[in-house]
Order: sequence, then C-alpha cells, then structure tokens
Amino acid sequence: MNGIITAKDLSMHFGEKDVFDRLNFEIHAGEKVSLIGHNGVGKSTLVKLIMGLLTPTSGEITRRSVVGQRPLKIGYVPQFRNIDADAPLSIQSFVALNIGQSWHPWLTSSEKKRVERVLEQTNLTSIKNRSLALASGGERQRAYLAQALLADPDLLIMDESTASMDVDAKQAIMDLVDQVVTDKQMALLFVSHDLELTIKYTDRYLLLRDHQMMTGPSDQIRPDSLKGAE
Amino acid sequence: MFAFDFMRHAFIASTFIALTCGIVGVFVVARQLSFLTHMLSEIGFAGAAFGAFIGISPLIGMLLFTLTSSALISGLSVEKARRESTISAVSSLFIGSGILFLALANQSSNYATQILFGSIVGISLSGVWQLVLLSLVVLITIWLVFRPLLFDSFDPVGAQANGVRAKFVGIVFLILLAVSVSVGAQIVGSMLVFILMTIPAATAKTLGRNIHQLLLISVVTASVGVWLGLWLAYVTNWPATFFIALIEVIFYLGAWLFRQRA
Repeated sequence: MNGIITAKDLSMHFGEKDVFDRLNFEIHAGEKVSLIGHNGVGKSTLVKLIMGLLTPTSGEITRRSVVGQRPLKIGYVPQFRNIDADAPLSIQSFVALNIGQSWHPWLTSSEKKRVERVLEQTNLTSIKNRSLALASGGERQRAYLAQALLADPDLLIMDESTASMDVDAKQAIMDLVDQVVTDKQMALLFVSHDLELTIKYTDRYLLLRDHQMMTGPSDQIRPDSLKGAE
Repeated sequence: MFAFDFMRHAFIASTFIALTCGIVGVFVVARQLSFLTHMLSEIGFAGAAFGAFIGISPLIGMLLFTLTSSALISGLSVEKARRESTISAVSSLFIGSGILFLALANQSSNYATQILFGSIVGISLSGVWQLVLLSLVVLITIWLVFRPLLFDSFDPVGAQANGVRAKFVGIVFLILLAVSVSVGAQIVGSMLVFILMTIPAATAKTLGRNIHQLLLISVVTASVGVWLGLWLAYVTNWPATFFIALIEVIFYLGAWLFRQRA
C-alpha cells in the first residue's frame, strides 16, 4: 500500500504543554482509518498538522498523492461551521463555493456539471435550492460532505462530523460516506468518540493516549480505549 | 438638471461609487466588518484633514490614512481590530486628530462639514476621473479574487480547510475596503460612507435568495439611493447625503417588513 500521509517523529508542544511526542504513523491510499482518543488529547491538533494548517514543533509530516505529481488533495468535514444563519446561501451555492480558483466569477458549464454530479452523489439534488440555514442537521452534514467531495480529494477527513446527530442520521451519513469513499477509492480519516461507528466504518484505528499513538485493526478497539489515562 | 457640469460630474461619480460600495458592502456584511468600516471612515476624515493641513487633495490624504490603517490592521489581525474597545479608542484618536489638522490648516467649519458629510458641488472633471479609475481598480480586483473572497467570506472554516489563502484574501479585501471608503466619502462624506457600505448590502441580505441576487440587489439599491438622493438635493437644495441616508434606510425597512410578512 502507498502512504499518502507519513508522520515521522512528529512532536507538538504549545509552550510548556506537550500535546504529543515522536508520533510515527502512515495513512495509505484508499484506507479507512479512525482517529480516536479522549477529549483534549490532541486529535484536532493532529488533524490540523495533517492538513498543513499547523507546523510541528519537531519531526515531519509528508503528504503525497499517488496520482501523478500533483499535491495531495484533502477534503475536510467539520462538526460545526461558522456560517451566518441569515446568509442567503442555498445548498447548491454553498457546495459550489469549493469549485476551485479561476479568474472568472461565474461557473462554466463543466463546473456546473461537477456540482450537479456531487449533489446527486450525496442525495441533495431535490433540495439543492433550499436555504442552508433551513436544512436539517443531516442535510447540512451532507452539504458539508458534498462541498468537500467537489474537490475530488484523495483523503476525506470527517472531524467529529456525526457528533451532534441522532443515531439514524449518523448511520445514514456514514453509509453515504462509506459508499462514496469506496466508489472513489479515497482514504478516510474518521475522527470520532463513537466506537460503534469507528468499528463499523473503518478498518484500522489510530489511538492517541498519553502523548503517544497506538494502532490496530478497528475490530480490536477496546471499550475502555477512550478513558482518560492521565 | 444635467445642464450643470457639477450635476453631471456628481451623477457619474455617484454611479461608480454606488457600484463599488454595493459590491464591496456585500463582503463587508458577510465578513462582519461593518464597524471596522465605520472606523476606517473616521480614519478617512483625519486623512482628508491631514491633506488640507499639508496641502494635498482630501482624496489622497484619505487614501494615505485608510491604506496605512488597513496595513496595520492586517498586522494586528482583523479579530483584534474588530473589538469594540479597539474601535472606540482608534476612532476617538483619529477624530481628534482630524479636528487638530483642520485647526492647524486654518480651514473653515464649512470645509470640515464638506469632508464629514460630503458635497455634490465640489467634484471637478479630474476628480470624477480619479474616482472612476479607483472604482475600476476595486471592481477589477474583486473580479479577479471573487471565488476565494466569496468562499472565505461566507464559509471561512471551509475556505481554510480547502486551501484558500485566507490571510492573503483578508489583506487584499482590507486594501479594497480602504480605497472604497475613500472613494465613497467624496460624495456622501467620511461620516456617512458607512451608509453606502452597509445598508444596501443589509437590504440585499434581507431580500436575496442567492449570491447573485445579493450582489444585484445591493448594487441596485445603492445606485437608486444615490441617483434619487442627488435629484432630490437638486430640487430642494437640501443636502444629498440626507436624502441618500433616508432612501437607503427606507429600502432597508421596506425589505425587513416584506421579509416579516413573507
């Protein structure tokens, strides 16, 4: 398997606080991985490092696409978005925000088709003109997912994306994610506290605990894995 | 009415100002920078007064001050500059400085009124060309950075996650805002340029259902406001700024009532 994310002796400190120390791990192309650990253990920091939004204190993290020479594309679906509820943003126009850079403001016909395709893939076509503010929690998460998928990522990061949803909505969004990730052969990093979901939808876990990382097959996650060890 | 040069100049300049403020305003409202815009307009007043003091045009003085402030705000981070206490302190300092510069320049209170509240009779043909040129610079730049600016303004978390250079976009927008404030102040004055920067966009936000409608409604209400305002000022000999403010507020209240009933 090919490593698209490779961390080598990755350490992160904020002032006096050690978040984690000398982590070594890989995420491979097409792999479904969960990132688990109790609150405050540094999961969000690690996600930011993976996305290149933070620089590690020491060590290195490399991002490598397996498709030609282009940089690795990462799609990110967070739990919350800082979006003004009064903004006149339809689901379609929200998704299209991530269409990519160009000197012209309008969408070309091929770009419109790309948006249509991703809306269809995420079952949003029938409600594409609905205001994002009026969409249900599940519909909003699908819109966030569609926006991330529009860039055709190599790695999809679901960052606690199911945390505030009810059981049925969680299953529905994860079924959809699983289907898309499998169809597109993209890697998945599922950050969650929900062990049931991580066992069901990922093959391998990365557990952050005591500033270190442990890994293993998802079906071997122990129920006490998320208990604080400090 | 158009037999007079000053009215023709005022209409051409106002049209470009409305276009610029209408479009920039949509991003001001989306990025929640209304009070920062207000602060920049007060800084613009000090700049225009400084211009009078050292003998350069008010527009150049305003540009000098607002652009320098935008550069400093970029260094500080917009979040810090947006804090109410920071805005109050900076606004007070610049209004005070503006009054000092006017006193040192031995300018009459009439000149101060003109800077603060605008004037439709003071725009020469070369002044019109300056405003048109600066408006075009702002509009073309927005055209070129439209997609990342839109993404970062309406979904900052998504934009950052998807590789939009938010810091760069923020700095470019602050520069455009500084130029727009300086340009808009030439007609409605530095105190009330805030009207054109925020109320048409707020009206559009109330009525618009998508981004295109938002931009269109903002530009149309800004344009109609300045055209009607200039015409009423010509007919009544009352200040154009009063009518522009009144019309924009009526549009906003009308949109709000319409939304409540819908």
